[in-house]
Amino acid sequence: MKFSIYRFNPDVDEKPYMQDYDIELGPTDRMLLDAILKIKEMDDSLALRKSCREGVCGSDGMNINGKNGLACITPLKDLKEPVVLRPLPGLPVIRDLIVDMGQFFKQYNSIKPYLINDAPPPQKERLQSPEDREELNGLYECVLCACCSTSCPSFWWNPDKFVGPAALLQAYRFIADTRDEATNERLDNLEDPYRLFRCHTIMNCVDVCPKGLNPTKAIGKIKDALLKRSV
Amino acid sequence: MVKRVVVGAHYGLKDWVIQRVSAVIMAIYVLAFLVVVLQLGSLGYQDAHQLLSNRFVKVVTLLFLVSLLMHAWIGVRDIFMDYIKPTSLRFFLQASVLIALIGYGAWALLILWS
Repeated sequence: MKFSIYRFNPDVDEKPYMQDYDIELGPTDRMLLDAILKIKEMDDSLALRKSCREGVCGSDGMNINGKNGLACITPLKDLKEPVVLRPLPGLPVIRDLIVDMGQFFKQYNSIKPYLINDAPPPQKERLQSPEDREELNGLYECVLCACCSTSCPSFWWNPDKFVGPAALLQAYRFIADTRDEATNERLDNLEDPYRLFRCHTIMNCVDVCPKGLNPTKAIGKIKDALLKRSV
Repeated sequence: MVKRVVVGAHYGLKDWVIQRVSAVIMAIYVLAFLVVVLQLGSLGYQDAHQLLSNRFVKVVTLLFLVSLLMHAWIGVRDIFMDYIKPTSLRFFLQASVLIALIGYGAWALLILWS
């Protein structure tokens, strides 16, 4: 199977370049990550992040034939040859397929991704009704792979100001949580032309999410909440 | 000033709502306008003049124009916010567009009420 992979080692290379590989697949090589690891056996200078190899850790997000995704859960049989692999767009490249996720996590931290509740904890856990818990489905599953945010042009142009789809989905995860008491502060924090309203609903995030989540819908619900408290 | 990322103006909801409401108003107006023109069969100067001398049509057209100007302002401002990085250039472009739109509004008012 033929591959064309983005290579850049800032210590050696002046400019990034594309390197071609042609490998023989074995019967157990079913996902893209299997093939990349086979390439890495041939050429161990190729750098990439990976860990759980089953779509849970979110490490191996990359641009696969022009679309962001996780290599470990992308079936090889669905890919057109040559398979073009590039690092996630819009973030600084550290080396080959590894990007600097600093800006992404800075935005994630800015939405305070933890439960805020100053009431003394009850004897057992804080309870939710099944209906309230239902609202968190489709939000808590995010693995922070950054596929969505790095496919969003608004995040490309303003990564320092726009929170981005991944962190906005997480923001709504805590706004929607009935055990959280900081809803108003969270909404205040997001009500901003850059932080929230750079989203122009083009839905690239929904298109690429490897976990099948819908950040655009979550962003819409944040806007609904803002509207609800204003009118 | 030191180079720092400053963000947190805490507005935007109103603009977002205005953009949506004005879009609905414009869509209704455009459809109604098309229906009226189709019924008239032609739209020469005389037809337009007669149509716009009706006070109701005047008020509705004014509403459409206000929607159009506000919708355009928010949309163009958004494009500048997306793509224009230097603050001074962005400010200059936004001010120019705002002045031009106010000018267009005044011109439209003159046409409607003269």
